[in-house]
Amino acid sequence: MGKQVTVPFGPQHPVLPEPIHLDLVLEDETVVDAIPSIGYVHRGLEKLVEKREYPEYIYVAERICGICSYIHSNTYAECIEEIMHIEVPERAKYLRTIWSEYSRLHSHLLWLGLFADGMGFESVFMNAWRLREHILDDMEATTGGRVIQGVCKVGGVRRDIAPEKLDEMLKGLRGMERELHDLTDVFLNDASVVHRLRGAGVLKTEDAYYLGAVGPTARASGVPIDIRQTGYNAYGKINFTPVVESSGDSYARCAVRAKELYTSIDIIEQCIKKIPDGPVDVKVTGAPDGEYFARAEQPRGEVVHYIKGNGKRNLVRHRVRTPTFTNIPPLVTLLKGCQLADVPIIVLSIDPCVGCAER
Amino acid sequence: MTYFQNAKTVLKSLFSRPSTLMYPAKPAKKMALSRGHVTIDPAKCIACRSCQRKCPAQAIVVDVKEKTWEIDRFRCVICASCIEACPTKCLAMDPQYPESTTARGGLYKVTVAGPKKKEPVAAVEGAAKPAEKKE
Repeated sequence: MGKQVTVPFGPQHPVLPEPIHLDLVLEDETVVDAIPSIGYVHRGLEKLVEKREYPEYIYVAERICGICSYIHSNTYAECIEEIMHIEVPERAKYLRTIWSEYSRLHSHLLWLGLFADGMGFESVFMNAWRLREHILDDMEATTGGRVIQGVCKVGGVRRDIAPEKLDEMLKGLRGMERELHDLTDVFLNDASVVHRLRGAGVLKTEDAYYLGAVGPTARASGVPIDIRQTGYNAYGKINFTPVVESSGDSYARCAVRAKELYTSIDIIEQCIKKIPDGPVDVKVTGAPDGEYFARAEQPRGEVVHYIKGNGKRNLVRHRVRTPTFTNIPPLVTLLKGCQLADVPIIVLSIDPCVGCAER
Repeated sequence: MTYFQNAKTVLKSLFSRPSTLMYPAKPAKKMALSRGHVTIDPAKCIACRSCQRKCPAQAIVVDVKEKTWEIDRFRCVICASCIEACPTKCLAMDPQYPESTTARGGLYKVTVAGPKKKEPVAAVEGAAKPAEKKE
């Protein structure tokens, strides 16, 4: 048994897009413990709810995260609508589903690119982001924003998509599917990639369950948890099965995300076929009085928004529990016993989004 | 399981046109709905302050007495809620980003038409008469 050495990892590190600090306790080359510390980008957004009125706060809620921005605003709106008993039109629910899946596509493609970059596979990184650009173009054409969509509001959505545009989007996605096969083949079948990922950071099914892992991290370990199956938005009317892998290593987490791209395209296709006509929003008057706890499936996992109102224009409490925050305890377990060289891959494999985790 | 799984895509990219845009040489492509920056038609603005009340970032300040409309481009989050709230449709969204500015140049202030004065009923009936007097 060698001498123990503590190596700081982050907050600035080439593989980390956002600041998280890990103290890695090493014995020779093996990590025996990892102590995470967060708090580098804390912005106090939850406190801001006392200063902004509830319809305005949706723009703040959307800015919790830059990647899963749309789903944050959707979940916040869902909370307020439940408290105020607002019936959202059907078309708005389908549109929300379409945009949620678009943001999942763009997040997963972004992550696949970053993951390839973490492994040193630059050309795959470029190709993943090239494909992501088509998704962002479609989002900008329909909502007006590339990253911050600003399209969701309490009582519905702010913009409608014309039927011709929906057909065009579907055609674009089908055309992209072939290129996606080429991209995901690299992650699933390339010998050097598989050699690098197989067996790196194994999370057992029981550990994933007891440590509260969510999203692809849990599904890669064989826990079939997917909040979309609770049927919020229009997910209840759509047939899909969550992607579940059983090996629990970095390869499985990568495979879950790669295969979820096709699930998302399938969901968008079903939505476009089933979308009904009608209005996209209802008028909202009054203020929320009560509390609600809404869950939604983000690209990284389950997000929880808790809201408490007292009948005034400003809310009393807004609490967000984001998927990255939930995935930090599994991350610490994953790191124990791995090699130092595998740390970047394992940290990236839970898709850390520190902006989300710290709000 | 094979090696060089990505070779096909790499070779294809080698003989095709680049996906990237030569940005400063060619302007960035913008959609009709893109949110670049807020513009105002000063002639239509009635200084009703709807935009100021709706702005989530409190970037817009309207002075009714001075008849000025001011936006802080650095505070503005480009959400377009002011445009939706505007009753006279004097605000609009330009799809292009504004020109780059320094911290001092973030403020954009214009003098607007201001609120319409309520004319008394009698004056409306004989609208021609006061005009004649002035001349």
